Amino acid sequence: MREIASGEKGEMYSYFPGCTSHSTAVEYDLSIKAVLKALGVSLVEIEDWNCCGAAAVHSMNKLLSLCLPARNIAMAQKTDLELVVPCAGCFNMLKRTERALKTDPEMRREVESTVGFTYREDLKIRALVDMVVNGIGFGRIEERVQKPLAGLKVACYYGCALVRHPKVTQLDEPENPQYLDRLMSALGATAVDWSFKTDCCGADLALTHGDMVVKLVNRIVGMAQEAGAECLVCSCGLCQINLEMRQDIGALGLPVFYFTELMGIAFDLEGTKWWSKHMISPSTLLDSLSLR
Amino acid sequence: MDEPMTTVELPDIEGRQTFVAEVQERCGENLGLCYQCLKCTVGCPTAPYMDFNPNTIVRLIQFGLKREVLESNAIWLCVSCETCGTRCPNEIDIGLLMDALREMSLEEGYRAKEKGVVALHNAFMESIRRGGRVHEATMLMEYKLRSGDYWTDLIPGMKLFMKGKIPLLPGRIKGIDSIREIYKKTQKQRKVLEDREGKSR
Repeated sequence: MREIASGEKGEMYSYFPGCTSHSTAVEYDLSIKAVLKALGVSLVEIEDWNCCGAAAVHSMNKLLSLCLPARNIAMAQKTDLELVVPCAGCFNMLKRTERALKTDPEMRREVESTVGFTYREDLKIRALVDMVVNGIGFGRIEERVQKPLAGLKVACYYGCALVRHPKVTQLDEPENPQYLDRLMSALGATAVDWSFKTDCCGADLALTHGDMVVKLVNRIVGMAQEAGAECLVCSCGLCQINLEMRQDIGALGLPVFYFTELMGIAFDLEGTKWWSKHMISPSTLLDSLSLR
Repeated sequence: MDEPMTTVELPDIEGRQTFVAEVQERCGENLGLCYQCLKCTVGCPTAPYMDFNPNTIVRLIQFGLKREVLESNAIWLCVSCETCGTRCPNEIDIGLLMDALREMSLEEGYRAKEKGVVALHNAFMESIRRGGRVHEATMLMEYKLRSGDYWTDLIPGMKLFMKGKIPLLPGRIKGIDSIREIYKKTQKQRKVLEDREGKSR
């Protein structure tokens, strides 16, 4: 088992990076490791993890869509650590599987025999944002802030998979979630009030129905702008790339951050090399607030 | 409030009850609870592009209109965002219903109105089978070949590549055999299910 970000205080979590951590969401992965290290939290990557299957698999084959995440659950069970999942999409698939394993005995037997493991109900699966907000807590985060994000107006975008279906994700409030908003306040930024926090950006159809998705994205980004935000913040690899690549609102557009990137700025961490990876450069915005 | 609400019994038309029962069995939802309040459709991000709105899909199932449902574009334009299921006053999880309908449509060989979506899902599933994780470059190439849509998004794709966000070479997890075994078993079980259904008809 590979240790990837070691802290000092011995606080450890098991970590499921997800496929986008090595590709389209590489800046999420880099900032997660840097920020958690600064907070003294260690992550242990799940041994030989596999793709959660995402929307493609649950649309095509229910049993397979439960077995792929179950293999990761089986691997995570080998440690006694809580499992932390950064990507909202992966988190949702793992929680769907957890729900099936806990509530459907017949399905559980089928998944267990297909994957070849015995499920342990005590494995806790958490979204990274939940672990940061409720596990690490605002006290420790505020203590670590060295460069408050004063003047940064941000629209917190939760999307679908983090909060819905609430019986599956059991996270925050499905219609008006607050985790990211409160985190932004703790970092010194201003989270704007707006009503498109959990509206779907249509990322799953971005490749097949681009025109439709541009409309969905523009409505979300446009509403964020109208509410006074200069950027968005999210916790999902698919939302981030979709919102940055498909928006077409003229001028430069609004950059979309991962929440850990903004934590990295507020913590004044060295080597924030992930900036260059954005499709919409946040440099102008950050420079205007002397945050870079 | 513990009493379930009254459901309406529709007159039997050929195959109606079999279809309703199979859909309900697969998704685990009681569609008889729907009173057509339209909350699902009002919140649905893709409903404006669907041939039948989500609430209409539920109604069509109640009427037993199997072909209309399983050949609709609605089942493929649903992005599983779960806004419908979260808001339904009768707690019908329409997201799970849509998954069940897609699977039934594929198994029973109905023509998918949104071929591109099916092509993308297939390319994605094959990418996992090959390496255990999704490899974007080869997955997108396979999608292009399957869909015949060669030119869309080439520029955004190149931009991502230039940013170093699309690794060129696919990797393979150590336990790839166990992934292939899972694929094999889940497909085999599906076959058995189909045979069983075939015999009982």
